Amino acid sequence: MIIKILGSGCKKCLTLAENARSAAAAVGKQAEIVKVTDFAEIAAYGVMSTPGLVIDERVVSSGKVLSAEEIGKLI
Amino acid sequence: MNVFSGMNDQFLRMVWLDDLVRAGITSLGLDPASRIGGSVQFFVYDVIKIFILLSVLIFAISYVQSHFPPERTRAILGGRSGIGANILAALLGTLTPFCSCSSIPLFIGFTAAGLPLAVTFSFLISSPLVDLASVILLASIFSWPIALTYVATGLVVAVIGGTVIGRLQMEDQVATFARAARVGAEIPRMTRTERLAYARDQVGDIIHRVWPYVLVGVAIGAAIHNWIPAEAIATLLGQDKWWAVPVATLIGIPIYADIFGTLPIAEALVAKGVGLGTVLAFMMAVTALSLPSLIMLKRVVRLPLLFTFVGVVTLGILAIGFLFNAITPLFV
Repeated sequence: MIIKILGSGCKKCLTLAENARSAAAAVGKQAEIVKVTDFAEIAAYGVMSTPGLVIDERVVSSGKVLSAEEIGKLI
Repeated sequence: MNVFSGMNDQFLRMVWLDDLVRAGITSLGLDPASRIGGSVQFFVYDVIKIFILLSVLIFAISYVQSHFPPERTRAILGGRSGIGANILAALLGTLTPFCSCSSIPLFIGFTAAGLPLAVTFSFLISSPLVDLASVILLASIFSWPIALTYVATGLVVAVIGGTVIGRLQMEDQVATFARAARVGAEIPRMTRTERLAYARDQVGDIIHRVWPYVLVGVAIGAAIHNWIPAEAIATLLGQDKWWAVPVATLIGIPIYADIFGTLPIAEALVAKGVGLGTVLAFMMAVTALSLPSLIMLKRVVRLPLLFTFVGVVTLGILAIGFLFNAITPLFV
């Protein structure tokens, strides 16, 4: 699966990326983490508050730093 | 003294804390009336006060704000135009949780939904300029009439600024990808427990983000308060100098800081006899305009629109500065 982190590279985005990585590892799934920093691309997902979390092209959260546990439930 | 001002003194202005810090410093052998003692007094008292107020305020305000995510604000504003929409946008700007790193996705989200530029800019101007926490902090440091006048004038700048930008018909100045963006229709739903958790997270988050600014701001405030002679400040920013407001505004524009870091500087400047209008102009310039946010905005709007935005907001701030200096006698 592909997990995308939408955000300009602020601290929250890095934390979210880190949480996503450990969530995938905990669930035991092969996941590729992609950081999307380009505004045009972020806008294309319709996300209005960063960081946004996209799992397999589906926006699952925005404006929140989910914990690894919460992400685990979404994967 | 009536009950209200008594409560205001104790809870908001925290006179008890002032007394406590004063007593603590004296017991350490420092004289609060001396330069060093005075600096320590200002620093310790202000840092503790700001962090207590910040924690309590951010928690309460975030709870309220959790009802107004940007998606909801956009839905409320959708399909509206005219001055009424500008006023509504400016008001919602004070309520919608917003961090400068989110300003671009928000701008794009508003634009893609077809909101007029006038409305989007009213929101963008009011959002950093006037927020609930800053109003209560202003009341704590100065007084309620000053805090409320700050809000009112801040909203006026946002409404007029947005309206002027709308009149100029610069829609072609917005990057095309912003118009073509997808509009996510979903408004996030939250339970009460989630709102409380959100409010708690916001406290940690915001304190984590602003504490260096607060410390630097208070340190500068303490330096102004005790080390810089009042005459030097009066020469540069005194009430009788016509250039005081423009100088304060120009110094403030490039600076990137939070309103929370700016307040202690404002407090010290006012104590040194700088006009209220001059100080408010400085605070507004620091919070509404900053280099990092302008550089971000540059990615979605062309330079003419960017300069118009800076110009309109600067003029608004100058007008408020002069106005406040003229009417200061009403507050004291």
